[in-house]
Amino acid sequence: MKIEFEHRQAAHCESGVTSNLLRDISNGKITEPLAFGMGAGLFFAHIPFIKINNGPAIAFRTFPGQIFNSTCKALGIPVIREKFRSKEKAEAFLNECLDEGHPVGCQVGVYYLPYFPREYRFHFNAHNLIVYGHEGDKYLISDPIMENPTTMDSYQLERVRFAKGTLAPRGHVYYPKKQAVITDEQIRQAIKNGIKKNVNRMLYIPGSFAGVSGIKSTGNKIKKWRDKLGLQKAGSYLAQLVRMQEEIGTGGGGFRYIYAAFLQEADAYLPGNQLAEISVMFTKAGDLWRTAAVQAAGIYKGRIGSQEDFNVMGDYLIEISALEKKAFLMLKNIKWQ
Amino acid sequence: MKKDEVPQDLSSLGKITKEVCYATDSNGKYTTELSSGWDVKIKALDVAWEDIQKRIAAAKQQVENNNASPLLFFMEYRLMDISILADYTGFWKWQIKRHLKPEVFNNLSENKLQRYADAFNIKVADLKSMTVHED
Repeated sequence: MKIEFEHRQAAHCESGVTSNLLRDISNGKITEPLAFGMGAGLFFAHIPFIKINNGPAIAFRTFPGQIFNSTCKALGIPVIREKFRSKEKAEAFLNECLDEGHPVGCQVGVYYLPYFPREYRFHFNAHNLIVYGHEGDKYLISDPIMENPTTMDSYQLERVRFAKGTLAPRGHVYYPKKQAVITDEQIRQAIKNGIKKNVNRMLYIPGSFAGVSGIKSTGNKIKKWRDKLGLQKAGSYLAQLVRMQEEIGTGGGGFRYIYAAFLQEADAYLPGNQLAEISVMFTKAGDLWRTAAVQAAGIYKGRIGSQEDFNVMGDYLIEISALEKKAFLMLKNIKWQ
Repeated sequence: MKKDEVPQDLSSLGKITKEVCYATDSNGKYTTELSSGWDVKIKALDVAWEDIQKRIAAAKQQVENNNASPLLFFMEYRLMDISILADYTGFWKWQIKRHLKPEVFNNLSENKLQRYADAFNIKVADLKSMTVHED
């Protein structure tokens, strides 16, 4: 059974899956950046007291599952989603969906994903891909990170669908219910919703671990890393920051470029709201994140490493925090035309 | 980032697939461009793996000195902590902590060893002998 489905590569797995699953009912209008923005995907959080792979727990995007959820909700599309205790039921449900002709989004763990190079395989359980058919024991896979579609056998697929650890997927599958084609008015509404949600997340989460205040606070922490952790461990921490920011699935600059692309596309739907100007600010933020990454690389490559170098690194984040705060305040104060 | 500034440093992922980056063209309009990798993040990943290799080597030494069972080695090799391994095997964490002792590990039943071998995606014989086949 093979469903008519065109694989399209994307920068980020979840916004890519969302955009690809909505292609039919949106006539291709829900691009990846639109899905990312409507789903309020941009974020920053540095969770204290938790370590991931023995380094700091830093995220540049919202919790897994939220982009698809929020985008569909904002567009008024009903969603089917299931999680399972039993592996057999999970496979049966997937086969049923495919036989009915629905391509299905799957949350999977990366660690045992057979087509990923070993260097990229960590116990990260919030990867997303689309299953769009099966031929005997072979499942047809559209992984938005990959240039080409690929396949997995039922054992391999079961293994990644039932990966264990934090955010274990438990066979999580989801797809949008078929319905009438989405109108431009729905898209406009969803853009406004997504922006509002993202403003709240970046500006108004209390405490200083998340949003623009989180960026500033991480900047201040970095300045202390050298004394607190020693040069080598501080370097490893910075490498982890850079990986979260730039590694596969961010589209570069810690998702800031995707968000800038979203605002530019949004401007075409909602002209006269300065969205294009604000988009330029996010491009600048993305550029600054990358400049900071180059500085960090100097440290973990061992080329530089004085306290002054850490201060410069920390100050980049403080500068980014101020810039993004300004941009989100502008988004907040839009009187929609 | 401008389209022509999208880095093209070949990474180990780049040999398998290029990644999509969002970048602006000469008119400032956003478009996508494929990247085969970026030196800055290749090095970041290298740093992460150097740390992991050190942990694996330390674990191996522990096992060879008979201070720990081969479980410790494969946990580091598979980047697992006790709670991930507990989830994969269905053992309690305290059981795994016991099994990390060589004398307890050596008396484990075939059945229990098989559960560990499945979690690590290896054979029982390799688990006992700490043999690694690259995959």
